[in-house]
Amino acid sequence: MTTPAPLPPLQAPRKLKLATVSLAGCFGCHMSFLDIDERLFELIEHIEFDRSPLTDIKQVGVCDIGLIEGGLCNAENVLVLREFRAHCKTLVAVGACAITGGLPAQRNHMDIGAILTDVYCTRQGLSASCRIPDDPELPLPLNQVHPIHEVVHVDYFLPGCPPSANAFWTFLNDLMAGRTPHLGHGLMHYD
Amino acid sequence: MSDVHDMDDMRAAPGSPATFSLDGQDVEFQAGETLIEAATRAGRYIPHLCWHPDFHPHGSCRLCTVKVNGRAGAACTMQAAAGQEVQSDTAELNAQRKTLLQMLFVEGNHFCPSCEKSGNCLLQATAYQMGMEGPHFEQFYPNRPVDASHPDLLLDFNRCILCELCVRASRDVDGKSVFAIGGHGIHTHLLVNSDSGRLGDADMALGDRAASICPVGVILPKRRGFAIPIGQRRFDQAPVSQQTQGDGDSP
Amino acid sequence: MLDHFPAADLIQVNLCADLNVKLETAYGSSFRFWRSRARLFEGYPTNLSEPPHRDCHVKSESEVVAMSIESAAFERVLSRHGRDPHALVQILRETQALMGWLPRSLLSAMARELKLTLAHVEGVAGFYRFFHTRPMGRLRVLFSDNITDRMLGSEALMADLCARLGIKPGQVSADGRVSVDQTSCTGLCDQGPALLVNHHHVITRLDAPRVAQLAELIRAEVPVPQWPADWFAIDHNIRRADVLLGMPLAPGAAIAAALARGAQAMLDDMKRSNLRGRGGAGFAAGLKWELCRNATGSIPGTAPGSTHYVVCNADEGEPGTFKDRVLLARHADEVFEGMTVAALVIGARQGLLYLRGEYRYLLEHLQAVLQRRRDQNLLGSAILGRAGFDFDIAIHVGAGAYVCGEESALIESLEGKRGTPRIRPPFPVEQGYLGQPTIVNNVETFCAASHIAAQGGAWWAGIGTHQSTGTKIHSVSGDCERPGLYEYPFGTRIDQILEDCGARDTQAVQVGGPSGVCLSAFEFDRRIAFEDVPSAGAFMVFDCTRDMFEVARNFAHFFAHESCGFCTPCRVGTALVVKRLDKLANATGGGRGSRHDLDVLFELDLLLHGTTHCGLGASACNPLRDTIIKFRPAYERRLESLHFEPGFDLDAELSIARRMTGRDDPAAHLEISP
Repeated sequence: MTTPAPLPPLQAPRKLKLATVSLAGCFGCHMSFLDIDERLFELIEHIEFDRSPLTDIKQVGVCDIGLIEGGLCNAENVLVLREFRAHCKTLVAVGACAITGGLPAQRNHMDIGAILTDVYCTRQGLSASCRIPDDPELPLPLNQVHPIHEVVHVDYFLPGCPPSANAFWTFLNDLMAGRTPHLGHGLMHYD
Repeated sequence: MSDVHDMDDMRAAPGSPATFSLDGQDVEFQAGETLIEAATRAGRYIPHLCWHPDFHPHGSCRLCTVKVNGRAGAACTMQAAAGQEVQSDTAELNAQRKTLLQMLFVEGNHFCPSCEKSGNCLLQATAYQMGMEGPHFEQFYPNRPVDASHPDLLLDFNRCILCELCVRASRDVDGKSVFAIGGHGIHTHLLVNSDSGRLGDADMALGDRAASICPVGVILPKRRGFAIPIGQRRFDQAPVSQQTQGDGDSP
Repeated sequence: MLDHFPAADLIQVNLCADLNVKLETAYGSSFRFWRSRARLFEGYPTNLSEPPHRDCHVKSESEVVAMSIESAAFERVLSRHGRDPHALVQILRETQALMGWLPRSLLSAMARELKLTLAHVEGVAGFYRFFHTRPMGRLRVLFSDNITDRMLGSEALMADLCARLGIKPGQVSADGRVSVDQTSCTGLCDQGPALLVNHHHVITRLDAPRVAQLAELIRAEVPVPQWPADWFAIDHNIRRADVLLGMPLAPGAAIAAALARGAQAMLDDMKRSNLRGRGGAGFAAGLKWELCRNATGSIPGTAPGSTHYVVCNADEGEPGTFKDRVLLARHADEVFEGMTVAALVIGARQGLLYLRGEYRYLLEHLQAVLQRRRDQNLLGSAILGRAGFDFDIAIHVGAGAYVCGEESALIESLEGKRGTPRIRPPFPVEQGYLGQPTIVNNVETFCAASHIAAQGGAWWAGIGTHQSTGTKIHSVSGDCERPGLYEYPFGTRIDQILEDCGARDTQAVQVGGPSGVCLSAFEFDRRIAFEDVPSAGAFMVFDCTRDMFEVARNFAHFFAHESCGFCTPCRVGTALVVKRLDKLANATGGGRGSRHDLDVLFELDLLLHGTTHCGLGASACNPLRDTIIKFRPAYERRLESLHFEPGFDLDAELSIARRMTGRDDPAAHLEISP
């Protein structure tokens, strides 16, 4: 008689693919993410980075999780966000700017046309030939800055300015373990 | 209307402590107390923003909406009565509260990272308590210029939730009626009583009760921002449900 | 942690440096006209969303005194109201009638005279839609914007008038001559499209020729009284009369019958009649009167219950309702008689009729009826010779605020305040007007009470159904051959009314107005009664050609416009509903909805039903919920996708940058859906 071999897991554990990007943000959320420090080694046991400032991969591939830092302030932001939404099963708005528009949205009660005129044409110290750049390579600014949930469906919000390293760690561990993320007192903060 | 008169018979009888049930636990109350007054005195937390124990109930934020014998009502305006079955900490009511908070957040410009009140803000702390991770709705981004005309106080209308605590404090405690409410609908806003409409020309002093009552970051003392390090501010230390009600910035 | 970023401060720069220039630019010669006329206008026109800049001080008292003609008229207004701060709404109204708008310096003078704070006066002025704290056209035209007006073409007519006058809706013409805008239903749905001129005169049955001629008259500045008289004709359109509309009482008959019976017996008869309030809530009128009669009031320093008040709610603001307009025009005696009978029962000496601002043109007529009744000893001291039975009625004119139809908000307004509903209890029967026991009943309720006084409660209870006694007047409008008033006993089937009014191919009826219920064809066998389909009196008919989504959207805009702004769910929720429905609108290209938006609408509906401070917010989503359930395809056909659509037009979000850069290349556009 032979003892039956232990049942294999239903699905072999595979690394989750994670992509991250900063749109109209300051990269502060990414810096805070890096603040998980040595836990990064533990993290890469379970996840594999796709497009991210950490990898320098330019095109997002099919991913399990997409972390979006920053809101939408120009046309390119919108295109990148749509790319992420199309490729990521789970999309997370990370930080105040992605969630509320944040600091860049402080321009929202001003007319973007007046701002462009002021910056490129009428500000002191500009040469007479200065004019608003019209190079097709440059993304055009939106009339107003918007949080990302106004343009695509967002699955989770990870608030903070930035979210703390512990908040990132708890949040990602919850996701990896198949739990709905729950931050609780101390980790949940908007500043 | 008949509810009022039915209630007469059920008010606390003299001598014996009358109770109602709050989420299955008895709460004693005194004649004339509202549900939230009795609950607070018993150390129980019912989420609220516009209610303050020192002032007449207002009933505008609707966060304290509870179910009394199955019917919805604001705990700050409903009189306690013997035998009431009050539900407050339920998934349904907390979800409603979260939605109300999200409405308040998108209605104004609540940019916590640059707000001096952050960490001591009742709106923010209540949103943490209700697990509000994001705004859910689209932002209104109203255009509300700040009023920095007063030598000692700053008014940042972007954060106003129209709780009228400053209106009540200035009128009922300070006897000055510096604030009033103007407009209607989504354009409802706080008014300052002075010829210019600016606080600098109003009869307002740093020591006024109205200067310290604001539960959010509208009425702020100048030159005192970010005095307490992150981690030591009022709501860093314990969630709002574990704290007693205090004025705007006092712990 | 970021440092404080005081961006909001930055844009203040230069806001006031050249204020006069900016005002002239913004308001054109209207500003110059008013300034030259009264020298009152060097104060900052109150911008409701921005506090005035500190440098823009209102000019001192001496300049207010410098008012020439207006100061005398202003003084007359103040004196007429005895400088009573409780008369603030009336004083604002009458002053604005003199000036066209309410400059801040005038509010300041008013505050001083009434011993109120300027902020309080400003807050009250800013609450009512008919008060203007910015310069308006010398002629102010407001198109009624009920869905029935729209169905009769009001939008195109307003666009036509604006084009002819060279202005946009909401704007003042460059010469300051005229401003054109929309207003909530003016109660002329059976003879629309209608408009309101200077918050006073109404023009009915607008059509293209009338609008063309109107534009000419406005351009020539022909005074309103010289406009064609038939424009102002208002028909009663009584199509089916029963007790209230068909059996007029001789003035004094009801009072005499009540006096003969005695106050207690009269009250007993009221209770026997089982008359329920006609304003919508359906509270038993006799019980309300009894509670008030027995209430003691609670004003410190006054004898308990020393004063009781009778208030008639003629703030007929529910869109689609116009029965009270006809009752006041044709049956004012019965209304005042019912109030007088109520006064006898509850022991009141003072009555107040709250007339909605849109019915201002009825004021002179109502005052004349009151005067005649005083002359007939039906009002005043010792009515009909009964010593000690003293009662008189004053009229308070509203200023455009639907929420004031809620009885406690109405009382706040009567007291000269913002019309914010009160916390209840205490109810008005205990602490109402000026803290004293007060009954507030609808026009139709008082009218019915006079008939009950004359003919007895048992007679009334024999009409209608057991739970809904008597008759009910329906204001029928929309898609039918014979719009107008139809009075039926309670218990009448919906399809009976539809047949009588000549409605064909009806797909829906909105009963009781937007806050009532929307019935689909499969429900037309239901009956009008408190126990089945209750109604406050509106009956709007929609045939199969109508888009029920647009009906719901019109009502959603109405509720958002009329929200008092006091409580969070109504203030923000009604605005969010409007945003969502506007997003779904424009099926011909602009519609950007998804299933997600329908989910959010359901969520908002649920929230508003369970959390608002008053009935306005609680019922604000009724038309949305009814139509989304009963006319779901009207929503589904607008869905761009099943998943998610942005809340705004992405390509339009690049419009300013495109304009500023002159770019139109592919990268200068964003597809609406990728």
